[in-house]
Amino acid sequence: MGGTVAVLGHHLTIYRRVWRGSVFTSFLVPVLFLLGMGISVGGYVDERQGPLGVPYLDFIAPGLLMSTALQVAVSEAMWPVFDGFAWSRRYEVMRTAPVRTRDILLGHVAFVQLRALIAVAGFLLVMTLFGAVHSALAPLALPVGVLVGCATSIPIFGYSAHVKSENMFAVVMRFGVIPMTLFAGVFFEVGAMPPAARALAYVSPLWHGVELARGATLGVDTAWSWPLHVGYLLLWIAVGWPLALRQFTRRLDT
Amino acid sequence: MSLIEAQGLVKRFGDFTAVDGIDVRVEAGEAFGFLGPNGAGKSSTMRMVGCVSPPTDGQLRIFGMDPVRDGPAIRSRLGVCPQQDSLDLELTCLENLTVYARYFGIPRKVARERARELLDFVQLGDRADSPVEPLSGGMKRRLVIARALINEPEIVLLDEPTTGLDPQARHLVWERLFRLKQRGVTLVLTTHYMDEAEQLCDRLVVMDAGKIVAEDAPRALIERYSTREVVELRFGLDGLDTYADKLAGVGERLEVLPDRILLYAADGDDAVAQVHGRGLTPSSVLVRRSTLEDVFLHLTGRTLVD
Repeated sequence: MGGTVAVLGHHLTIYRRVWRGSVFTSFLVPVLFLLGMGISVGGYVDERQGPLGVPYLDFIAPGLLMSTALQVAVSEAMWPVFDGFAWSRRYEVMRTAPVRTRDILLGHVAFVQLRALIAVAGFLLVMTLFGAVHSALAPLALPVGVLVGCATSIPIFGYSAHVKSENMFAVVMRFGVIPMTLFAGVFFEVGAMPPAARALAYVSPLWHGVELARGATLGVDTAWSWPLHVGYLLLWIAVGWPLALRQFTRRLDT
Repeated sequence: MSLIEAQGLVKRFGDFTAVDGIDVRVEAGEAFGFLGPNGAGKSSTMRMVGCVSPPTDGQLRIFGMDPVRDGPAIRSRLGVCPQQDSLDLELTCLENLTVYARYFGIPRKVARERARELLDFVQLGDRADSPVEPLSGGMKRRLVIARALINEPEIVLLDEPTTGLDPQARHLVWERLFRLKQRGVTLVLTTHYMDEAEQLCDRLVVMDAGKIVAEDAPRALIERYSTREVVELRFGLDGLDTYADKLAGVGERLEVLPDRILLYAADGDDAVAQVHGRGLTPSSVLVRRSTLEDVFLHLTGRTLVD
């Protein structure tokens, strides 16, 4: 435990030097997104009196909230992890102290979730100011954001420890983050897609997070029962953790 | 009890054998060196001793403990100075030490006090609150050494401590390491600099292709594997081999290099007199003391290892 805390403390000490930029981003980006997508696109959508039952802005806000968690967590699990092995060799230095490899991984994972939580909290605050929050359950979107952050970033920790070049991160963005953001229920109900595409959305961790977050901020029912959504995200963590730990062990303990 | 004890120590990566059954003992207070060309297995050995790389075979004990089972307990008593500087460039010099101190469970206040003392020790006291980024190579290396001392280690492992530093910076590092040794800290270092090994090490092993090819004090190795003096003769570049024939029997051993001939002899001046006595007139003559480099090249050959 002490080792994990020390690793987390190490990342926080560095973050203290650079936090200003990231806090600015976590407020500015949601404002721009909500203005751009919600108000402009929402104007057209809402005129048509679609089946959503709520203004379009309020519909996509929880989706954008979760895609923010996804993007922050996944990017923090790519370049900084690669940096830890290849550039700053920070992990190697940690390993010379009496910490275990699992402490190094867990401490960094905890830091990444903290970053995701800060971004989600900022976004949720902006959403509230936009009047997009309709339910007292809305604060539950915070732990859901962390759950999405864990489910998506922990396997990426393993991937980043495995790849030999930072260029491989473009693959994650192209085939993971961007398709999920576009097709996993952030901007429209996945029911509108053909069955094959819908199945892919069900597989993606983001869709489950979006369903939970939408339930929290709008007070609507989730597509499946909520323990199923939570359980599916936990499954990604349960599978991702041993994979990530194995890659970290391969890099640090050979 | 020896602080470090290795018997038949082996490290394999797949089919490649990096360390091929070495026996090493390091006693408390010693400065012990691993000398060898690139790829000799020095760093792999250091990583095993540092308890971050499990041995493939053989026995290894550090402080009498098993590095696989007692890794954290051993590492808490080791100081490690890795080959690459690997500092947190975003942080100040002081923070680099205090952040690392927390891995050893050192309370914040103690860590700050100790970090300041160590920065003074490596002559970076006035840089405590400056960022690391703009420091020179020598300063960064000294900072890494200070970091390795934060837990008051009994053994300090230094992997090529002065590689890439300019002469002034190297001498400053040597001088600090010498001070550490005087305080009773056991130093274990790898190097491919002969002068470094001669300056710092009480005892050393020469490694080549994963094996130990010689082990002793630097001076003793020179006496055993070389002669007291070496004469370097230059004759222009052509026909050095014919000169070599004419020099047969002068000194104990003779080596022809592309640009000069080396004569290994107990008495260099006497050898030079014999050269002149045979009617030979080299364009230049240099008599020097034999160094560890002569031993090293004799033992590991002159072929370049990349």
